[in-house]
Amino acid sequence: MGNKLLSRMTNSAKPSDMTRRGFLVSMTATGVAFGFPRASSAAMDPAAPDGIPVESVGDTFEPTLWYWIDSEGQVNVNIIRAEMGQHVGTAIARILADELEVAWEDVNITHVDSAEKWGTMVTGGSWSVWQSWPVYRQAGAAGRTALIEAAATMWGVDPADCTARDGAVSDGTNTITYAELVSAGLSRSFTEEEMKALPLKPHSELRLVGKDVTALDIENKINGKAIYGLDAKVEGMVYGVPMLPPTRLGSSVTSVDDSAAKGMKGYLQTLTLDDPSGTVPGWVVVLGETLMAAKWASQVIKVEWAAGEIAGVSEAEINDRSRALIADQTSGAILATETPDTTDAFSSAANVIEAEYTTQTVLHFQLEPVNATVFQNEDGIWEIHTGNQWQSLIVPTLSTALDVPADRIVMRTYMLGGGFGRRLNGDYAVPAALASKALGGKPVKLVFFREDDAQFDSPRSPSVQKLRMAFDTDNAVVGMEHHAAAGWPTGVVVPSFMPKGVNGEPYDPFAIDGADHWYSVGAHKVRAISNDLANKTFRPGWLRSVGPGWTNFAVESFMDEAAHQVDADPLEFRLRHLKAEGYNAGSAPNAVGGAARQAAVLQKVADMSGYGSADLPADTAIGIASTFGQARSMPTWTASAVQVHIDRQTGEIDVQKMWLAFDCGTVVDPDSALAQCEGAALWGLSMALYEGTKIENGNVADRNLGSYTPLRMIDTPEMEIAFVESTEVPVGLGEPGTTVIAPAIANAIYNAIGARMRSLPIRPDDILAALNA
Amino acid sequence: MIKFEINGRSVSVDADPKTPLLWAIRDEIGLTGTKFGCGIGMCGACTVHVGGRATRSCITALADVEDTKITTIEGLDDQANHPVQEAWRNLRVPQCGYCQSGQIMQAAALLQDIPAPTDDDIDAVMTGNLCRCMTYPRIRQAVREAATAMTGAQNNG
Repeated sequence: MGNKLLSRMTNSAKPSDMTRRGFLVSMTATGVAFGFPRASSAAMDPAAPDGIPVESVGDTFEPTLWYWIDSEGQVNVNIIRAEMGQHVGTAIARILADELEVAWEDVNITHVDSAEKWGTMVTGGSWSVWQSWPVYRQAGAAGRTALIEAAATMWGVDPADCTARDGAVSDGTNTITYAELVSAGLSRSFTEEEMKALPLKPHSELRLVGKDVTALDIENKINGKAIYGLDAKVEGMVYGVPMLPPTRLGSSVTSVDDSAAKGMKGYLQTLTLDDPSGTVPGWVVVLGETLMAAKWASQVIKVEWAAGEIAGVSEAEINDRSRALIADQTSGAILATETPDTTDAFSSAANVIEAEYTTQTVLHFQLEPVNATVFQNEDGIWEIHTGNQWQSLIVPTLSTALDVPADRIVMRTYMLGGGFGRRLNGDYAVPAALASKALGGKPVKLVFFREDDAQFDSPRSPSVQKLRMAFDTDNAVVGMEHHAAAGWPTGVVVPSFMPKGVNGEPYDPFAIDGADHWYSVGAHKVRAISNDLANKTFRPGWLRSVGPGWTNFAVESFMDEAAHQVDADPLEFRLRHLKAEGYNAGSAPNAVGGAARQAAVLQKVADMSGYGSADLPADTAIGIASTFGQARSMPTWTASAVQVHIDRQTGEIDVQKMWLAFDCGTVVDPDSALAQCEGAALWGLSMALYEGTKIENGNVADRNLGSYTPLRMIDTPEMEIAFVESTEVPVGLGEPGTTVIAPAIANAIYNAIGARMRSLPIRPDDILAALNA
Repeated sequence: MIKFEINGRSVSVDADPKTPLLWAIRDEIGLTGTKFGCGIGMCGACTVHVGGRATRSCITALADVEDTKITTIEGLDDQANHPVQEAWRNLRVPQCGYCQSGQIMQAAALLQDIPAPTDDDIDAVMTGNLCRCMTYPRIRQAVREAATAMTGAQNNG
């Protein structure tokens, strides 16, 4: 993240015309006898009823590009992260406001449009707070320091004798507000070195971080005023719906016959897209004056395609390919664990166990189907109006698709009706852009109906994993291997992001993180394998927690299997191997304490749940699991216990209660932290028991709620969630809760009825089959 | 032209009578608080009140609402202070917020029909509304609190 200093006195009303140019539009008037006019705006303040960011009054002081303070003491904090339910702006602005010493009531936030100056714009990986913490603290401290110095100079006193609080500076005798200081004129710049040396407040002085503050985006999500991509309106826009080719890649259109649509009211035309970026080969877009006119026309238009080569691929074939790749010891990348060579450990072992785990394809099914509204504005800039999680990734693709330089494209910012990783891949903006391009820049709003959204999803890849463990004659663990094969989202979309393993092969960290765990197991080989058949059949996606969603199902199920193998209690067995030594000792700043912190949350959740001591009815048991969240480089120490009851007649799995414990370092935003952990844990439950589709004929088989069945309220169990108090670096919380639920459930099922479930999702029929085996 | 009342105002919409009410509300009348999720009536994001009944607007034809009274999230309460909205605010229910208009409209209708719902009542009715952020624990609690607030107000009134 760039941290360029633009410390200067500015008389311009706005820090950036680009980001603050409200895009005013009127409601579409077609066929309406009465309406409620509403302006829509991009660069969004989620707290403003119309979404339009706050205007500065009078002079402004802009110590860094991350915020300004105006002559009335209003503070506007620029947020480059997408708002998709995390209340991310509230968390990030609070970090800055705390160091700046301003009252929360004076803080506004602006979710900015894309621009080069912001550096990489991406919202994912549970990174937002972790990455923003040092940057926004420094930024706030810069402003506070400058304001104190200005006041001290004015009074002729030593800045060290002044303090700042609630938007005012005092030396004990005099007091002056930030508003007055800004009005008086303020100029101060810092070198990079000065910036790094700025005094940051100790934890004991934090007044907003860790305190309860209402999220700024909530009110508009209660009154219907929050503006999502699907709500975008542009004067003169036409509506488009896509007609998807039979395969995700490699299809081409052979004929289009729209004669049956010609007389339909509101039907405009059918476009066969020409896509220089290769994102949407073989796509057709049907245009109409209204959305339904386009949709109805698409139902009678006949398109014929030459299908790509993967038209017949099934999930079983993809998994067989994974198994073949796992069997081939030369495939894949070997991660740089402490002792990646396991040859001796296994050849000299007294006993070896192994198991295979599989997980099915999972859809994002974010509730707002993907969509985008695109046009070329009067300045020749292509405006992309849509909710998106990774602007920096898709702008270059749009540049290729539109055949214009990237600086002629701006991504306007909207609330996201769910992200969960789907909107990291902005591919859905490409067909909208191509449709507008085909119309010479006329505004096109492309809407995916749910079935199209699901078919075009970048789903969580199916996975196959083989785990092995070696024991010596004393039943001590001397080696472990984890071979994981799946489609690789990063490998397909941004291969340049992939690090290399010790054998020189690149790997997708998002498809293997979690396997490189913090247990001390002697020699430890982790092999990440890219499934080429998966990669060319669909676009593997980053889906909430990505790889750790399947690697930890395997690791934490296998740890239980290993414990039972040596007649150890699974809790005791885990704690015995969380030694916090060597490679697993942890290091500053992100992983202080290492495996000891994982052991602590595991013990905590065991205590909370009464694991091992609770007196439970027949066929009822608690299972446990523990992970480090998303990645070794940013561990969120996570543990869960889940109590289930199994009906042996029906196979029904009744999840009765879930307990979770997290050590995420400093908790910046307590209520949002809790909300993220609630949602993540329930996603884990949903993918453990209720969600899963399959690739059939090269596409996902389930495309709407008739057959795709995410968790509903009626199956939502009671939850108890605890956070460890800490002053360590704040790490991510959006995903970690997802990683621990499936293995805890599988372990609970084993404890309840003795059946080991090694495939996700676990359905009642699977339980019955296991009981009858 | 199909005439009806929405949020207390009379409107007439010149659109194909087969048009789902959802798109008439969003694209013709311009009220975008009501959302599109699945298009088959199974997620509840499009829930509005037609004649006081919770209705999935994505599978309700415009022709079928002639002369009815419709309420959307924007019209539930002038100040967005319906007891259900207050409970949603107090418990900070929304995450991404996309389903919440539908959740709130469904909950308001539930409490009109069953002023003192049991937890099973709440689960049975609200389970028709998908929340992909999985805010279910807070929705459940917010419905309970709204019920208490509304019952208390009635008893005191």
